[in-house]
Amino acid sequence: MITYKLNKSIDGTVISVNSSDGWSIPLDPNNKDYQAYLKWLEEGNIPEQAD
Amino acid sequence: MSMILDGSNGVTFNDASLQGAAASPYVLKNRIINGAMVIDQRNAGASVTASTTGAYALDRWYLEEATDGAATVQQVSDGPTGFTNSLKVTVTSTDTSIGASQYFEVDQNIEGFNTADLSFGTASASTITISFWVKSSLTGTFGGSIRNSAANRSYPFSYTISSANTWEQKTVTITGDTSGTWIGATNGIGLRLTFALAAGSSLSGTVNTWAGANLLAPTGSTNLMGTASATWQVTGVQLEVGSTATPFERRMYTNEFQLCQRYFQTISNGPTGSGSTTQFTFGTLFPVVMRTAPSGIVTAAMRISDITTSSFIQSSGSIISNLVTAEGGSFHLPNFTGMTANRPALVARDGTGVIQLSAEL
Repeated sequence: MITYKLNKSIDGTVISVNSSDGWSIPLDPNNKDYQAYLKWLEEGNIPEQAD
Repeated sequence: MSMILDGSNGVTFNDASLQGAAASPYVLKNRIINGAMVIDQRNAGASVTASTTGAYALDRWYLEEATDGAATVQQVSDGPTGFTNSLKVTVTSTDTSIGASQYFEVDQNIEGFNTADLSFGTASASTITISFWVKSSLTGTFGGSIRNSAANRSYPFSYTISSANTWEQKTVTITGDTSGTWIGATNGIGLRLTFALAAGSSLSGTVNTWAGANLLAPTGSTNLMGTASATWQVTGVQLEVGSTATPFERRMYTNEFQLCQRYFQTISNGPTGSGSTTQFTFGTLFPVVMRTAPSGIVTAAMRISDITTSSFIQSSGSIISNLVTAEGGSFHLPNFTGMTANRPALVARDGTGVIQLSAEL
């Protein structure tokens, strides 16, 4: 199953999420991958925090 | 040149093509992108194994396979007269008994901006015609469908392949849907065109009828997955307004490529930036505005070259989207060692990875 990890800027703002299959996904509601991420969150999953 | 004018049917040209309505334009009529299967940015002709997670083989052509068999899809240099390429499916493992909810579909999702004028979902819905060339090692009645974005309105259609391993042109005319919800002029999915190579009973229905369900094919359609090494090829796909198929709309290669780039692009040489000793950051404008802010991935470790001509390669390929819009964006490439902080550098290919950007529907 694909999992996700948050990416944050220096000021701590989430700028994107990376999926375990290598895609870096912008926070755009029209992006198909971001829609899949939101659905994954709705299923109760929690992303890995940024480094 | 001979030409037949018919008050009822329209104008028939000497190549037997029919123009049924004066309003049917002969350019910019085909709503399908890469219908001649000439663009394959991702795979350059290499085969892709279809799977339940879905994948793109040729540009704009999405495949999803959920049977107990297996198949590959690839661009091949084979087509009917006038076409140089086609999309080819080859069965590598059979499934002779498709379960009720199993399927194998080859799709093109058309953006709402390019279908809004069809007025589907209203009393003014346009009739559309789909034409395509197909070749298969099997003969019989095959299926496909048109669906809306939510996949709760569908129209299963059929076509018959009469001779094995022979290119045949097929035409399907569909009366527009006057019901349901169809996305208008937005960047969402306006219409889904599906060629179904396997469809279980719960995904099959009555042919040539609109249904309030998610149907991929008519009941009883040929199951390509049921025959070992079976093949199916398609090219020259056109979806246009009207009740007759007109000649395939040929576009200049550059135009077709740019149409594809709205949904998928690659970055290799060029973008400049700088960063720390371990992370390179660059910004770039996209050559074509994409459908939406794209996702990014690297195909392998990326190489960076700085102004001293020193080059650095990631220890493992990785990319982080920073500020990305449909027009362009900035990205981080981590996993370097030994770079000089704040020294200008550029993305350089030379046999390592490239960056792929996807804004597919």
